[in-house]
Amino acid sequence: MSDRPRTLYEKIWDAHVVERRDDGTCLIYIDRHLVHEVTSPQAFEGLRAAGRRVRRPDLTLAVPDHNLPTTPRVDAAGRLIPIADAESAQQLDALRRNTAEFGIDYIDATAAEQGIVHVIGPELGFTLPGTTLVCGDSHTSAHGALGALAFGIGTSEVEHVLATQTLLLSPSRTMEVRVDGTLGFGVSAKDVILSIIGRIGAAGGTGHVIEYTGEVIRGLSIEGRLTVANMSIEGGARAGLVAPDETTFAYLKGRRMAPTGAAWDRAVTWWRALATDPGAAYDRTVRLDATVIAPALTWGTSPEDVVPITGTVPDPDSFADPSKREAARKSLAYMGLTPGAAMQDVAVQHVFIGSCTNSRIEDLRAAASVANGRHVADGVRALVVPGSGLVKRQAEAEGLDRIFASAGFEWREPGCSMCLAMNPDKVPPGERCASTSNRNFVGRQGPGARTHLVSPAMAAAAAVTGRLADVRDLMGAE
Amino acid sequence: MNPVRSVAGGAYPWGAKNVDTDVIIPAHWLKTITRAGLGRGAFETVRAQPGNIFDDPAYAGSPILIAGDNFGCGSSREHAAWALADMGVRAVIAPSFSDIFSGNAFKNGIVAVVLPQPAVDRLIAVAREQPITIDLETMTVTTPFQDRFVFELDAFRRQCLMEGLDEVGLTLARDTAISKFEHEVADHRPWLQRESGYAGIAVEGAGRT
Ligand code: SF4
Repeated sequence: MSDRPRTLYEKIWDAHVVERRDDGTCLIYIDRHLVHEVTSPQAFEGLRAAGRRVRRPDLTLAVPDHNLPTTPRVDAAGRLIPIADAESAQQLDALRRNTAEFGIDYIDATAAEQGIVHVIGPELGFTLPGTTLVCGDSHTSAHGALGALAFGIGTSEVEHVLATQTLLLSPSRTMEVRVDGTLGFGVSAKDVILSIIGRIGAAGGTGHVIEYTGEVIRGLSIEGRLTVANMSIEGGARAGLVAPDETTFAYLKGRRMAPTGAAWDRAVTWWRALATDPGAAYDRTVRLDATVIAPALTWGTSPEDVVPITGTVPDPDSFADPSKREAARKSLAYMGLTPGAAMQDVAVQHVFIGSCTNSRIEDLRAAASVANGRHVADGVRALVVPGSGLVKRQAEAEGLDRIFASAGFEWREPGCSMCLAMNPDKVPPGERCASTSNRNFVGRQGPGARTHLVSPAMAAAAAVTGRLADVRDLMGAE
Repeated sequence: MNPVRSVAGGAYPWGAKNVDTDVIIPAHWLKTITRAGLGRGAFETVRAQPGNIFDDPAYAGSPILIAGDNFGCGSSREHAAWALADMGVRAVIAPSFSDIFSGNAFKNGIVAVVLPQPAVDRLIAVAREQPITIDLETMTVTTPFQDRFVFELDAFRRQCLMEGLDEVGLTLARDTAISKFEHEVADHRPWLQRESGYAGIAVEGAGRT
């Protein structure tokens, strides 16, 4: 390669080019492929119809998550509890059969390691820095937290990767999102990414791969970085990246699928060299000052509809863009909110702590610290859904499950759950949910459901107060 | 994929504009596990109306669908192309298509033919009585009344359709390059290798509450 200074993205891209075509598109090698039950059945069907095999089953890992109920999966006698929804059961069965037929590693619903694809990848050390990683799911961008170039793909592309371990891609533009300064009291990674999306807009990153830089990002744990990178797609970006550093290496060392011994040392040397070179140019740079970031939440039906918790419901007329004005009017009608109302006066009936954005151990610790010694408000149903079986075990070892249970939260089995309501966990029409997930689209948590995206601590604060509350008031009050 | 050199036969003389993928295949069909059988859900809401074009014995089973502007807009679901293929549609003629839909159609061997509105109007009139022919060799749509409309198609897509090459097949033809890349990576980044054999981890009763 030339000596031109390169960004992290360019270095990963260059290291994966199998062939470059005249029109600039490249055949890119894929190092890691995660598979779940919803977007894979037709891809396997395609392989079967064409008599093709999976090129690298060893680089592929499958786990069910979207459809699984979060109620216990086996009864007291250890017998499997059948899944009531016939179509869900069929998709789950298909994943089990397809992975067996094509020789792909499969984590069963009853395994301790089962969880949301984007939680288990990093946790098992399947996700590694400097790799290309894909999954038939848009929030694959999460894995970029470890410095992997990770993005979601469609079913035809899933089939293409299964058969060839490559994808034909055009390079993206690069965008630096730099967050400097120090985060204030009660401000978390979720507030950082919500504020970034509020700033750049839901289409702000279109055509770009974002690299998150700056003191604040460097200071985040891997869990926090996963929360940030996870929502890159909500800002329209193809992927989000954080350069691997000592935090990354410390997180990965000793993970079950991470390299060991001499291979580990060699890997770390290579990973260290991935950081963006001094003088490398991004196509765009956006800067945020951490001191202006407050605990944040969404008021509308797009993840860009962000206000600080101390804020009010905006007036649609305050938007300059006529189409945004119209969208805001529709959003407020759907959300049942009046312009000018204080966000903190809005009552909630549901709280969801979970999803690939916020279901890792640190998220549960943050929520538990707010729930501890308090109780879920009357008329509120609060669900805690750990992102994986390993997270669940860890939380139980720390006694978090007991804190949640005695505070009146439901402690569930791992899965996507109320993030997209494909399983039985749904928010009823017209009811309101403070949710730690990543999408507040119309009907996302169930037909007619009203979603406010928040951090885990803010979700717990909403649960115990019965309204959208400023978690700082509760933290101060301890 | 089977090579497509021409598509000839009856056509649904529909002409509807802005047909979104939700109309082509409603969301509740997305929980299926096969591409096959989606034809049953194709245009479900349209077919719920009596006297609709899709159940009219004069057109049912036609290999061609004629529609208006912006066909296949909305959600990116590939199920829309699968549903059309499953109901026997091999080509759609319209003044314009959504980009994602025409990509998905192409991937599934469906020819998306773009013709100006007057040509589409004429074809709708003809299709009420007579078959029409789409020929990829000559890049024309013709009718028994001597109509002849020339259309364009991306050269790469045309070649893929005519030779029955699917994208997976084309990439598989680059096998030597891919294998060479894999060998280099095995030398330079050996930590990327994984031992397979995670299967069977399903521990009886593990993860129980
Ligand atoms: S938790 Fe939600 S966003 Fe994440 S993979 Fe599951 S459904 Fe998608």
